[in-house]
Amino acid sequence: MGKVVVVTSGKGGVGKTTSTAALGGVLAQTGKKVVLIDFDVGLRNLDLVMGAERRVVFDLVNVTQGVAKLSQALIRDKRVESLFLLPASQTRDKDALTEEGVANVIGKLRDKFDYVLCDSPAGIERGAQLAMRFADEAIIVTNPEVSSVRDSDRIIGLLDSKTLKAEQGEDVTKHVLVTRYDTARAARGEMLSIDDVLEILSVPLLGIIPENQGVLRASNVGSPVTLNEPANAAARAYADAARRLQGEDVPMVLPVEKKGLLNRLLGRRVA
Amino acid sequence: MSLLDIFKRRASAPVARERLQVLLAYERNNRDQPDLVAVLREEIMAVIAKHVQVNQDDVRITMDRGKTTSTLEIDINIPNAGAAASTAL
Repeated sequence: MGKVVVVTSGKGGVGKTTSTAALGGVLAQTGKKVVLIDFDVGLRNLDLVMGAERRVVFDLVNVTQGVAKLSQALIRDKRVESLFLLPASQTRDKDALTEEGVANVIGKLRDKFDYVLCDSPAGIERGAQLAMRFADEAIIVTNPEVSSVRDSDRIIGLLDSKTLKAEQGEDVTKHVLVTRYDTARAARGEMLSIDDVLEILSVPLLGIIPENQGVLRASNVGSPVTLNEPANAAARAYADAARRLQGEDVPMVLPVEKKGLLNRLLGRRVA
Repeated sequence: MSLLDIFKRRASAPVARERLQVLLAYERNNRDQPDLVAVLREEIMAVIAKHVQVNQDDVRITMDRGKTTSTLEIDINIPNAGAAASTAL
């Protein structure tokens, strides 16, 4: 039985899709069978970030409505063979998804995969609630910025009340993933620190992803940053987060920007 | 910095631009009309279903949209005569 993990945030643009792709990429590369589901019906983007936008034939809505078999809609990644994508529909509206349909799809995927990562749409409406509905665990992607932290707090409230686990009196295991973190600015007091964020949200930390230019380069070319530039600081932070997600005890280090010759030599190795 | 630039891999922004151009050209064309590839897929499947019973699991459909041409690949395992739903072959 695989784990169902929702990647959520409330606020848009904080890095849900980037994080889903990056974590999925590195989990699959370390031998796990992973499927990424895009729940953003009408505004899908995970296909684009994964570089599979030209290969979408069927989508999540087609599968829930019985137009296509699950096996026909899954797109296998061209880089890592144990990585699959189930795209969202681009044309239908969010009401096209039913809870029963989603339950059915997730149930089947849970049997076949080690990890089912659900990329939630922004917001707290139906789409976001369906994405988290059947989750065992949740990754709350948060930027060290006031509106993001506030929205994360609301999402935590939903995770504790609107998920199937919550309704059954159990807990969805929650993790905070801080993205776009700038250690120097936090040190200067210009940015909320990790401690600030954790104190406010009181949810354990899964990882700290530094603000990093490699993230945009990876999405430009349609590849998870963990596969595109594995040695890059953000990619390594995602790899550590993926290990923690699997229960490993990996020490948390604040990402520091390396400068100078050493960095250039290390950076070169990436290409 | 210029020395570093020489060794830098191909800039990623042009790749992003081209991917978006291909994708958006397709999506804009299809916004108000049925998806040609989807129509083809459905009609081809209907024709096949008229003649042979094919299990949906035995159909693999792949697609690759390009700038000027797209490919639609429909790979069907058709049961031979002798299998349950025998047809004149």
